[in-house]
Amino acid sequence: MADITRSPWLLHYDASSCNGCDIEVLACLTPVFDVERFGIVNTGDPMQADIFLITGAVNAQNAPVVKQIYDQMSDPKVVVAVGVCACTGGVFKEAYNVMGGADKVIPVDIYVPGCAARPQSIIDGVVAAVGLFKERYMQLKNKQPLSVGHLEGGEGS
Amino acid sequence: MLTPLSVRFIYAIAYIVLAPFIGGLLEGIGRKISARMQRRVGPPLLQPFYDISKLLKKKRSQVTRAQGFLLTSYMLLIIFTGAMLFFGTDMLMCFLMLSTAALFLYLAGCVTTSPYSSLGAQRELIQEMAYEPAILLTALGFYLAVGSFDVETIYNSPVSPIMIIPGFFVAFVFILTIKMRKSPFDESTSHHPHQELVKGLTSEMSGRNLAIFNVTEWYETVFLLAVVFLFIKNSSAPLVSGLVGIGVVLLTYFLEILIDNTSARVHWERMLTLTWAVTLCSCGVNLLVLMIVR
Ligand code: SF4
Repeated sequence: MADITRSPWLLHYDASSCNGCDIEVLACLTPVFDVERFGIVNTGDPMQADIFLITGAVNAQNAPVVKQIYDQMSDPKVVVAVGVCACTGGVFKEAYNVMGGADKVIPVDIYVPGCAARPQSIIDGVVAAVGLFKERYMQLKNKQPLSVGHLEGGEGS
Repeated sequence: MLTPLSVRFIYAIAYIVLAPFIGGLLEGIGRKISARMQRRVGPPLLQPFYDISKLLKKKRSQVTRAQGFLLTSYMLLIIFTGAMLFFGTDMLMCFLMLSTAALFLYLAGCVTTSPYSSLGAQRELIQEMAYEPAILLTALGFYLAVGSFDVETIYNSPVSPIMIIPGFFVAFVFILTIKMRKSPFDESTSHHPHQELVKGLTSEMSGRNLAIFNVTEWYETVFLLAVVFLFIKNSSAPLVSGLVGIGVVLLTYFLEILIDNTSARVHWERMLTLTWAVTLCSCGVNLLVLMIVR
């Protein structure tokens, strides 16, 4: 059986990004970067995804959506916050409707900084996520408790 | 000259064992060619197998229990259909089995409450409506060419059936785009992400269930390409016609990828009218010519 890391499928969700980071995420699929080389597929379906790429800050309206997407993904799964908005809230942090980074609602494992995050660093983040994906699979296989990412205001590792 | 029963059993078993490997490899080649057409490097050749292996390792989760049952039935029926064809039984029977299998897939899409899945399932029915005439006419065409529905007889016919029924061949190849779920007719599953349908019929399938669906697709692809092969094969020059047959099969598959990469999805009404028009025209003209000549 092949290594689980050879086929990580991404789900990209735009929380309330300015679309800068989204364009960079899509740039990863173009001929220049071509992440499909690593078996990465940008699927639109949470039930089939392994890695959750979230761009933009979370606001009151989409927090339940983000939570639901996270819950629909089956284990093992990894969350990557792309761009400073998804990491902390970024320039929108003080806005009245913005709750902050993605880790206000779901546990985030990997933070990719940048405004907008460059495709190179996004790929870097995804590669780190793939490593974590495998680690979680091993935990699942050995029936150990799964490690969780960082959740703002909650416990985590 | 009839093939002995034991050899026919070996063919059927070879299909059951080898079809997923051939189908998976074909998909790998397809993805690679697609990537090259878009000036990308593309995934490794064995990527489809890596995907299946990953899907099987994911934690099991399914929306309803019925989904797993229905998908397994779908898979078994398709495998049985293909095995029947390779065993050399009645072609009409194979095609009827194929439609029954499609029904199980439709139900597997329907049992979930997701609107995307239900919409995909409905479109699957429309697709079936579009390709079914061509499939049944293909069986009829083989009967006209060879005088029997028996795959064994068709396989050993003295002239290649395509010489007598080229119109039916065109109709069959045309509907392959629907059957292989390629653009512009990927109405029910939308294999490119971020479309209005998410993943359509397969939206609610994850892990093991999705793996079952994918492997069944491979079985089906091999089955359909085997029918394409039957159009070419004759018993007067078995080796030459066999090699040409394999060439035509590969060319057909390449054509599907080319069409997939050069066209955008069309509205379902367009698909229906286009498919029926092509089926009626090419089969009709072929029939007329046959009636005049004979
Ligand atoms: S990090 Fe910058 S580019 Fe990305 S969504 Fe926020 S403001 Fe836009």
